[in-house]
Amino acid sequence: MTMLPRPEDRSGRKLGLVIDLDTCVGCHACVIACKGWNDQAYGAPLSDSDPYGDAPSGSFLNRVHSYEVAPDPQAGPGPPSGPPPDLRGGQTPTRHVHFPKSCLHCDDAPCVPVCPTGASYKRAEDGIVLVNEDACIGCGLCAWACPYGAREMDPSAGVMKKCTLCVDRIYNETLPEEDREPACVRTCPAKARHFGDLGDPGSAVSQLVEDRGGVALMPELGAAPVNRYLPPRERDTWAGETDVLAPWLEPVAEEPQGFLGWLDRTLGKL
Amino acid sequence: MNPAKSLISFTTLSGLGFGLLFWLGVDPSPPTGWIAAVFFVIAFALTLGGLASSALHLRRPERALRAFTQWRSSWLSREAWLAVAALMASGAHGLALTLGAPILPLGWLAALLALGTVGATAMIYTQLRTVPRWHHWSTPVLFLALALTGGALLSGRIVIASVLLAALAVLQVWVWHDGDKRFARSGTTLGTATGLGSQGTPRALFPPHTGDNYLLSEMVHVVGRRHARKLRVIAILLMSLIPIVLLQLPMPHVFGLIALVSHVVGVLVSRWLFFAEAEHVVGLYYGRR
Repeated sequence: MTMLPRPEDRSGRKLGLVIDLDTCVGCHACVIACKGWNDQAYGAPLSDSDPYGDAPSGSFLNRVHSYEVAPDPQAGPGPPSGPPPDLRGGQTPTRHVHFPKSCLHCDDAPCVPVCPTGASYKRAEDGIVLVNEDACIGCGLCAWACPYGAREMDPSAGVMKKCTLCVDRIYNETLPEEDREPACVRTCPAKARHFGDLGDPGSAVSQLVEDRGGVALMPELGAAPVNRYLPPRERDTWAGETDVLAPWLEPVAEEPQGFLGWLDRTLGKL
Repeated sequence: MNPAKSLISFTTLSGLGFGLLFWLGVDPSPPTGWIAAVFFVIAFALTLGGLASSALHLRRPERALRAFTQWRSSWLSREAWLAVAALMASGAHGLALTLGAPILPLGWLAALLALGTVGATAMIYTQLRTVPRWHHWSTPVLFLALALTGGALLSGRIVIASVLLAALAVLQVWVWHDGDKRFARSGTTLGTATGLGSQGTPRALFPPHTGDNYLLSEMVHVVGRRHARKLRVIAILLMSLIPIVLLQLPMPHVFGLIALVSHVVGVLVSRWLFFAEAEHVVGLYYGRR
């Protein structure tokens, strides 16, 4: 049924992810872990089209973008040797942010009510948004309704695929306890991804969001996403050393010594 | 958005067909006998042809009947129900007229359902907050105006069609003009999309994948906009201005037919632009619109 669960029917649990943009190193391990798990788990295998041909393409449930953030021009000292034009003279250097993006399991998921067949649904018990692939007609309207590009059509099965929050891992008692979290979280080598109940203010993820000022994406579109993103910490400034390697980059020997020194002096006198 | 041929032909043909069914339904002295039969066959060919074309858009059309189940939440499901109801009411009305026994209230019901179907089709696009250009009251107004104009042309109502064609030209130009500003007005930027706006000005540095994907080909289809300005001029000429002139000439059957052909080609161009020029907010993540 594609009505969103009524507030009184919801358990209050809101399972989701908290993604730390400060520590994400952009290695794409989460992308590969997600693809690997969903190739052989819940529903139709997450397929590719023409993977070894001229125009490889495929469906993924998690993708990592990369952005450059130029600080807005402010009063104050610029970089020591004059601002290069692309740095805009801000107080901090331009920074590079890796940005993993998957389904945000929105409270008011716009992808669910648009579904004409009832394939798309949000679970009342934990808030996970799923697709019943046996009922999907592949019209694509849910992907149009999603602001985040979280849904992709499977090129071979012709049904809509999306992040399941690894619903087949998190409740799976045949897996060791430490593996009962989404594959992307389990694999992240930088511990930039956190999984938990964002509906419980006392949970570790909720605390993290509070401590670090976690933000929602595109709040103006009213989807009320559950996932939160932790903004990169203020860290780099132009004050002092701009590169920790700079001391080691000085030339070690300015003047030749020994035999080379003698040769240099002798040839210089000629 | 991807200007899919199936959706362009579906919305154009079914809009025309339901527009014709509207005018046949509200006609106080409708045609009867075989003339009525011809009109209704044309209307049904257009609507059913359009609906069949829409099924080509589905990746799993064998499950299409499931689309009738979610009328409580989904405009696509409501459209399916309204289309069936409009066709049934119109079919009964058309049969009564062919047999020479008009039942006018049945025609009014059919007309109402025909307009409701076009309105539901438009609401599928209007409801999408992710496409600011569509998320506006003018989208259903434009769809209904196009259906009413095409229907008036098809049913040979020269005076009404001339007035509607002129109104349509004004409406369409304003929709393009205002539509160009709606994305900026929506306030969604890469800054809000990434939450990095509070830190400065983000810029897409490199994408998550080197090849194409579903999101880009479906929702960030920028190729279709390449000749948008020229296509707008072509659309407004073919859709409104040329038909208005043709309708004022003698021999309405000859020039009326040419006007109709011109109008339909113009509507196809306008519908191409409706999809191709629509910018989905997901394009922001890729540094595009």
